[in-house]
Amino acid sequence: MAQTLAEQILSHAAGHAATAGDNVVVAVDLAMMHDSISPSIINVLHNELGSNQVWDPDRIAVVVDHVAPAATVQNAEHQANLRAWVRRQRIRHFFDVGRGISHPVLVEEGLARPGMLIVGSDSHSTGYGAVGAFGTGMGSTDMALALATGHTWLRVPETVRILVRGSFRPGVSAKDLGLRVARTIGADGATYRSVEWHGLDALNIADRMTLATLSIEVGAKAGLIPPTGPGWDAHATPRNLQVPPWLRVEAGARYERTIDIDLADLGPQISVPHQVDRVVDLADLGRVAVDVVYIGTCTNGHHDHMAAAARILAGRRIAPGMRLLVVPTSSEALLQATNDGTLATLLAAGATIGTPGCGACIGRHMGVLAPGEFGPCTGSGNFRGRGGSREARLSRGSPEAAAATAIAGYIAHPADITA
Amino acid sequence: MARIWMFDANINTDQIVPGRYAPYMLKEESALRQYPFIEARPDFAPNAQPGDLIVAGPNFGCGSSREYAPLALKMVGIGAIIAPLFARIFYRNALNLGIPLFEADLTGTLHDGQLVEFDAASGCLIAAGQTIQLPPPPAFVREVWAAGGIVPFYRQHGRFPGQGAAE
Repeated sequence: MAQTLAEQILSHAAGHAATAGDNVVVAVDLAMMHDSISPSIINVLHNELGSNQVWDPDRIAVVVDHVAPAATVQNAEHQANLRAWVRRQRIRHFFDVGRGISHPVLVEEGLARPGMLIVGSDSHSTGYGAVGAFGTGMGSTDMALALATGHTWLRVPETVRILVRGSFRPGVSAKDLGLRVARTIGADGATYRSVEWHGLDALNIADRMTLATLSIEVGAKAGLIPPTGPGWDAHATPRNLQVPPWLRVEAGARYERTIDIDLADLGPQISVPHQVDRVVDLADLGRVAVDVVYIGTCTNGHHDHMAAAARILAGRRIAPGMRLLVVPTSSEALLQATNDGTLATLLAAGATIGTPGCGACIGRHMGVLAPGEFGPCTGSGNFRGRGGSREARLSRGSPEAAAATAIAGYIAHPADITA
Repeated sequence: MARIWMFDANINTDQIVPGRYAPYMLKEESALRQYPFIEARPDFAPNAQPGDLIVAGPNFGCGSSREYAPLALKMVGIGAIIAPLFARIFYRNALNLGIPLFEADLTGTLHDGQLVEFDAASGCLIAAGQTIQLPPPPAFVREVWAAGGIVPFYRQHGRFPGQGAAE
């Protein structure tokens, strides 16, 4: 019987055919944990489960990204403990301060591969769907159980298919598509579901990560882009990644719902305070003054995104009184931006560059917002209080819109700047 | 008697416990008891009593995967959370911690501050003389509750819930 990508991967991980609605015990291919949740995971693993050793140190990746570098003595102590634990457990996939955000790093390293089941201590673990893996976020107790046993249990999700036609209009990108989907199905539109994004063979890996990480913002358990097309090949070929023969979009697979989107009709979108599905056409917003623009996160801080912003900022300066924070998603993205001049363009325009990592997205360091400030960001969720003060206002949009906004001083789109 | 704490739809984990109050940011994890709804509803943590109930609109617990959000509610001793739909990571984290969750919409039936009688084992709620029977969760969920959470469940049974036998 034809299966969805989620059914294929979970069947493979369970060792038997599984269909949406089944509860399955599945073998984990890769478990990702980051600095912020590690103390809790390690506590449950050793002190509650009584397990001294992880099941397979080569199938665990540890990333210091959430507060990197440490902001307080408390963080620094937790990170020192984590480094010692990583050595004791002989975990070699360890990525310390400055390497970048877990999801893009594991993708860049070729550790996340098509057909894998990847669990992560982070909601945006859906991002591994960018390489055709079933990535899903879990709390510390589930992670500890996975680390102890190499297994987890899941209900096989139904699938919502996003069927995309056409190509993006100038200045419109994957973020606008993701926000349009949130606007269409709502913040709980795919809760307990898998999202499959079809018709996007041309999309590069950075934009695939945009859509895969945004999948959690509509509640999804996983968000998969089929690993096919020129956009995929550009990522897979240099890393020699193979797509397992059993992983492919099958005619006749059962989709609970299909959302059709014609890119010819898609203009710039923006999610306004305080919900990710409170999305409007940017053109309808009117003139909203902003204080600080943030380009970064696992959703939109990749090299291609910084380069897209730099093309708009080239030869221009950000508005007087404006701050533009750029936090590359990874050291690789930063190095690429350094080598091709993107970084120089951003700096010349007035940007400040932060250490690759989660930065201010989680509201702990590197640019948290004061009460009353308006901070457009290229991240995923604009939950009230996430980026700092509860009285701050957050919006989410594309890197192109972020660049235009930094120049204009109010929420703007590239066409507003170049007109 | 249990007090009803009423919340809107789409309560996200940043409203339950902002990332700045994570155990990672604290000296002692036990301090987390003070922080549920610290900014969204500052009267909650000082006044909530063991057995009190949270009643909310749909998509409760959306946002991040942080287990310290339901952990903070467990530290308060919250008796159950009742909402029409839970975000899946939150549901799973709360289940793992042994917090009873019921899928039902009581936002139009009850009001904030109301005192009710509630029995989590039977899902029976009595408010203003009226008995409300909440829909029972699936059997595998009740298995985990009965054990007191996923860790005691796994330690007792050596398997994951809903499976016939150990692997």
